[in-house]
Amino acid sequence: MKNAAFVPSESCATCPAFAQLERMGIKMDRFDHVIALAGNPNTGKSTLFNALTGLKQHTGNWPGKTVRRAEGGYQFNGVRYKLVDLPGTYSLLSTSQDEEVARNFLLFGQPDCTVIVADATALERNLNLILQILEITDKAVVAVNLIDEARRKGIEVDTRALSCDLGVPAVPIVARTGEGVMALLSSVADVIAGRLQTQPRRVCYTPQLQAALDELVPLIESLAPGLPNARWVALRLLDGDARLQQALLSGELAEIARRQHVPESRLSRQIAVVGQQ
Amino acid sequence: MSSPEHVLSRAEALRRALPSDFRDAIAQTLYAEASRIARRAVHTRGQRGRDLDQWIDQIVTGPVTGLLVMLVLLAVVVWLTVSGANVLSEALANLLFGLGDLGRSLFEQVGAPWWLTGFVWDGVYLGLAWVVSVMFPPMAIFFPVFTILEDLGYLPRVAFNLDWLFKRAGAHGKQALTMTMGLGCNAAGVVATRIIDSPRERLIAILTNNFVPCNGRFPTLIMLATVFVAAGFSGPATALIAASAVVAVVLIGVGFTLLMSWLLSRTLLRGEASAFTLELPPYRRPNILRILYTSLIDRTIFVLLRAMSTAAPAGAVIWVLGNIPFGESSLASAIAQALDGFGRLFGLDGTIILAYIIAIPANEIVVPTMMMIYTGAGRMIEAPEGAEAIRALLVGQHGWTLLTAVNLMLFSLLHNPCATTIITIYKETRSRLWAAVSVVITLGTAFLVTFVTASLARLLGLFPSGG
Repeated sequence: MKNAAFVPSESCATCPAFAQLERMGIKMDRFDHVIALAGNPNTGKSTLFNALTGLKQHTGNWPGKTVRRAEGGYQFNGVRYKLVDLPGTYSLLSTSQDEEVARNFLLFGQPDCTVIVADATALERNLNLILQILEITDKAVVAVNLIDEARRKGIEVDTRALSCDLGVPAVPIVARTGEGVMALLSSVADVIAGRLQTQPRRVCYTPQLQAALDELVPLIESLAPGLPNARWVALRLLDGDARLQQALLSGELAEIARRQHVPESRLSRQIAVVGQQ
Repeated sequence: MSSPEHVLSRAEALRRALPSDFRDAIAQTLYAEASRIARRAVHTRGQRGRDLDQWIDQIVTGPVTGLLVMLVLLAVVVWLTVSGANVLSEALANLLFGLGDLGRSLFEQVGAPWWLTGFVWDGVYLGLAWVVSVMFPPMAIFFPVFTILEDLGYLPRVAFNLDWLFKRAGAHGKQALTMTMGLGCNAAGVVATRIIDSPRERLIAILTNNFVPCNGRFPTLIMLATVFVAAGFSGPATALIAASAVVAVVLIGVGFTLLMSWLLSRTLLRGEASAFTLELPPYRRPNILRILYTSLIDRTIFVLLRAMSTAAPAGAVIWVLGNIPFGESSLASAIAQALDGFGRLFGLDGTIILAYIIAIPANEIVVPTMMMIYTGAGRMIEAPEGAEAIRALLVGQHGWTLLTAVNLMLFSLLHNPCATTIITIYKETRSRLWAAVSVVITLGTAFLVTFVTASLARLLGLFPSGG
């Protein structure tokens, strides 16, 4: 991976000492930022969602529990966030309905930040999805959950090395007890505010594929200047993804790219609402 | 500046130039990268916790032991539900019917007209009281126990154990998961089929979900099993026999699920079963408080309120039908009489058919509806309490036999989904046709199977009064 980006982690620099969390349940008519909660099935996304929002979305110990998208709100250090709990998926490459819900929200819903929940006891399998999500969005934080279970099993996760490799903050948490959650929230706030610059790892594909991408990416960028994930879109078009073909033809992608240039967060709120439909 | 069409045609051309396995190459690149990063970030010492999980899984997902464990767990869950529900139901019925008597006499003292007293207390209230006393206890026991299994991480193991059966039926292995969810509520089971990727296999899972009895139908099965199958036993044996009967019915339902999946995948929904990966999550300690909250508030109270909202109007309808004079008796008995011949074809009777028609909005009110029609829409002052009284009423006054009970259990297991489930099927498939197919398949199976058992019994000369 010669051309992959390396960025030193800054997640340890955040200090949660004075952080304040207020659970707002489903009261989220006014919010400043939209956070997506993504990850493999059964990694504790819904548990984290409940811990943050105070809602009682049912959690269960089986993959596929959350098939609908749940939404809730929380307030952290005076800023209101809307949290969207996406269905857990193993990848974003196939086209089952739950993967489509998750992928479409990440792409068209344009969350201000995506929290990728990973299972510390099975990090390798989870990384597969993390890498795919980092192709779509660069505003992301990895929450390494179930760190207590991992510890019991004799598994140590070096989150600093992980954030180094991934180019986004990685925060160890235990969603069930709330351990590390404040640090996670301040990382999210830092990423959104730009205090923490992310530079996500982009995978290097086979030379043939890379050549095809190199040809397609400039074409897509000329249609949608500033699109943050042109390479991923190119990959999906090569795969014959019907939803993205349609988005390209209808100008939806160009629209997403246009919104990228407006730094005002108020606008991202509207986009997020549009993205829900 | 290129046009979108140009980009698409370029992508098309580039795709054709790529080796055919480029999708695998993408996946492999991602896996290789993931494993490289994981190697740097994850350090493992020893394998303590894994060992216990693996040891448990060897038993729980073993070819023979896995099936045994599943059967035992199902039996324990049903037995807990049956034995607990019978005690609780009787106590609740005593309390609620007593309150009803109080209310009625209060109305009479104030000099309310007879039709108002009847409509309110013998119609609406009686319907509600029946539903609460019949439905609440089994749910309040079943849902928490089921949720404990869910939180432990047992459900994916069920899917793992049953995978080969579903694959042989041409269906998706995850259908075992959605089927299990159907035990709680079929509408929830239908929504849960979203975890199945292939549309063909998802449709099979949706269309056959109704063959496992949901919580709305458990009370019917429990009552019939207790009153008829376990009659003649006493003490703890009653609950044990009744539980075995209910377990048998659930297993028959699983059998029909597989049979119908097999038929569908060879006729309407032809195709091969697709492969999938299923993660067996680590066992986790369930959070008891959360379980009580979810199972009692989110599930039990939710379903009970839904049942009550259909039971109140149903009670009113039954009371009105029972009090409109028609010839020498009431409209209700006239309709039941008219349906009787049809019902007897299937080893049932006219009242049962009428009860099912009134109970289309929600399966859970079938037994209460039946009881109210039998007791002359509340004109009987004493509502039957306890298994003995119900048995005396059904066998003594209405000529029920074991065949009636068995066929009613089969009918209850196989017949059409409740209105909520039908609407959910429509929403999930976006097709009136598939919603209609789900009704035709289930109702057709129910009538066919009960017709066969009733005819067999007739041919063999069993239960003459029931045929």
